[in-house]
Amino acid sequence: MAKTLFDKVWDAHVVERLQDGTCVLYIDRHLVHEVTSPQAFEGLRMAGRRVRRPDATIAVVDHNVPTTDRKSGIKEADSRLQVETLERNVAAFGVPYIPLLDERQGIVHIIGPELGASLPGMTIVCGDSHTSTHGALGSLAFGIGTSEVEHVLATQTLLQKPAKNMKVAVEGTLPFGVTAKDIVLAIIGRIGTAGGTGHVIEYTGSAIRALDMAGRMTVCNMSIEGGARAGMIAPDETTFEYVRGRPMAPRGEALERAIAWWKTLPSDPGAHYDKVVEIDAATIAPMVTWGTSPEAVAPITGVVPDPSEIADEAKRAQVERMLEYMALRPGQKLAEVPVDMVFIGSCTNGRIEDMRAAAEVARGRRVAPGVRALVVPGSGIVKRQAEEEGLDRVLTEAGFEWREPGCSMCLGMNPDKLTPGQRCASTSNRNFEGRQGPGGRTHLLSPAMAAAAAVMGRLADVRELAR
Amino acid sequence: MEPFSTVDAKAMPLDMTNVDTDQLVPARYLWRPRQDGYAEILFHDLRREPGFPLDAPAHKGAAIMVADRNFGCGSSREHAAWALVDSGFRVVIAPSFGDIFYSNSFKNGLLPIVLPEARCAELRAALARNPGTHLVVDLPAQTVTGPVGVNDGFSVDSFAVDPLRKELLIAGQDETGLTLSLAATIKGFVAGYAEAMPWV
Repeated sequence: MAKTLFDKVWDAHVVERLQDGTCVLYIDRHLVHEVTSPQAFEGLRMAGRRVRRPDATIAVVDHNVPTTDRKSGIKEADSRLQVETLERNVAAFGVPYIPLLDERQGIVHIIGPELGASLPGMTIVCGDSHTSTHGALGSLAFGIGTSEVEHVLATQTLLQKPAKNMKVAVEGTLPFGVTAKDIVLAIIGRIGTAGGTGHVIEYTGSAIRALDMAGRMTVCNMSIEGGARAGMIAPDETTFEYVRGRPMAPRGEALERAIAWWKTLPSDPGAHYDKVVEIDAATIAPMVTWGTSPEAVAPITGVVPDPSEIADEAKRAQVERMLEYMALRPGQKLAEVPVDMVFIGSCTNGRIEDMRAAAEVARGRRVAPGVRALVVPGSGIVKRQAEEEGLDRVLTEAGFEWREPGCSMCLGMNPDKLTPGQRCASTSNRNFEGRQGPGGRTHLLSPAMAAAAAVMGRLADVRELAR
Repeated sequence: MEPFSTVDAKAMPLDMTNVDTDQLVPARYLWRPRQDGYAEILFHDLRREPGFPLDAPAHKGAAIMVADRNFGCGSSREHAAWALVDSGFRVVIAPSFGDIFYSNSFKNGLLPIVLPEARCAELRAALARNPGTHLVVDLPAQTVTGPVGVNDGFSVDSFAVDPLRKELLIAGQDETGLTLSLAATIKGFVAGYAEAMPWV
């Protein structure tokens, strides 16, 4: 029978099928961070269990860490406690750990692929919903809760039922100024935040194949914002080229053997998808969200919607609430909305390619008066590479702050957060109420669009700044 | 985990779509140790808004929530399920759930039930008209029943649940014990797997 990419990776990892169709699924890679793991380690301790495969596990701190100089330690007591707890747990259970001051430290979803810890065809889990990022390599990667973190630590497996298959095909050539972030925001705008629920999304089509790995990771990262626990892209030469030479990736003959298997993974012709969505790349514009759900998104050339034009009562009430929270007027031009803050970073857009895109717009310009703009590289390796390329100077000369790696203002678990009423142009993934700080207002967009917002002092169409 | 069988309790309606886990538990409370309890953190910011149903006297002691579509979307934080359980909730009924929240719920003795969107809307409307009304959720029979004598169109609804999850919930058992009982099978799999994919 013709199989999808998801079917093939799934089938290769089924240890046992139980009577009701639930499978014991073998997990190749388990990424651990400080926020969702303490109770899992505590559970192991109480049950007298050990970590079954420490060698398949990697721990790092990212959510809590300050993005200013940290050589003198973490000042915030809550954050420090969580970091110290992880350090105690990894020591007690023998789990490999990347410490805060190690250059390889960074956001868990940036460093997995960067180190070659995430590979095509793998099953990869982490107690974080943006684990979907790693699916860009052609792996099956999804977020799990703390109970499941404990389950994986103890057994290196999960009990799962297979998801349904969904295909999102993006065909054609992206217009000038349109990026991977715009693709995924356009997809979520089309399918809605529950459009992928119960499914694994496979992204296909010429516009997806043309993306570099960073762009593919941005797209897969936000699968969960479309309701899908995982997103996947078939591995190809772009993928193999990316993997080659990474510290934890196979080498030599082992790599050739791996590639031979990876080449068998793309979906077979005629494979069945439970849902199919087709998008014409040529119709996608630079996107920006206007509401408090990622599906509340529009092209930057558009306007804030008018709730009075929405027939469905529940939907209308939801939009009214969003506009009130976001302090936007129906019909207001999105390109006229002023911003107070700009955040460039996160597991969605914290890679070197994102830093380059932001620096390209910032070069020779200045952050608008009254605007504060943070650039937070996704890892120490991204940071060093950006500095070697001189991007940090370009950005700081333009008035951007160049900071240490971590999750930062994506979710405001460290000191980087919005104050009530502040409006932020953000390259992160969620614009939920209070996500970047209580009362904060978030507009999601691409790194180039965020940099454009910083220099214009308002949401702006990056194409206007083209040189 | 407390074994689950039948819950006969007050039900609270929540008329909001896309309730995300940041609303259930804002990120700034994710530091809180599990043993400190999350009851007061549930809907921390929303419950301060006038008219939010959680702290209404009529809903005191509610163990069932009837919500709207895509409940629990967003992050994987299991804290969202903890906050509901710590507040006394044993059941959430909604037209659809975020996948990770749905899965996390079972592991904490919280039963997520999917009923059709129109039916959830009817139930919420009926509960809004008669605040504090009980629903009966019978997991072994897989039914939700409204009270006799309330003329609000309550009837019996059947719901689907994975047999294995149902069994574990009724027994109050976690999955890890079950999986560890399959240790020999896992060992056998790993041996073959390591040979086929030595690079992993």
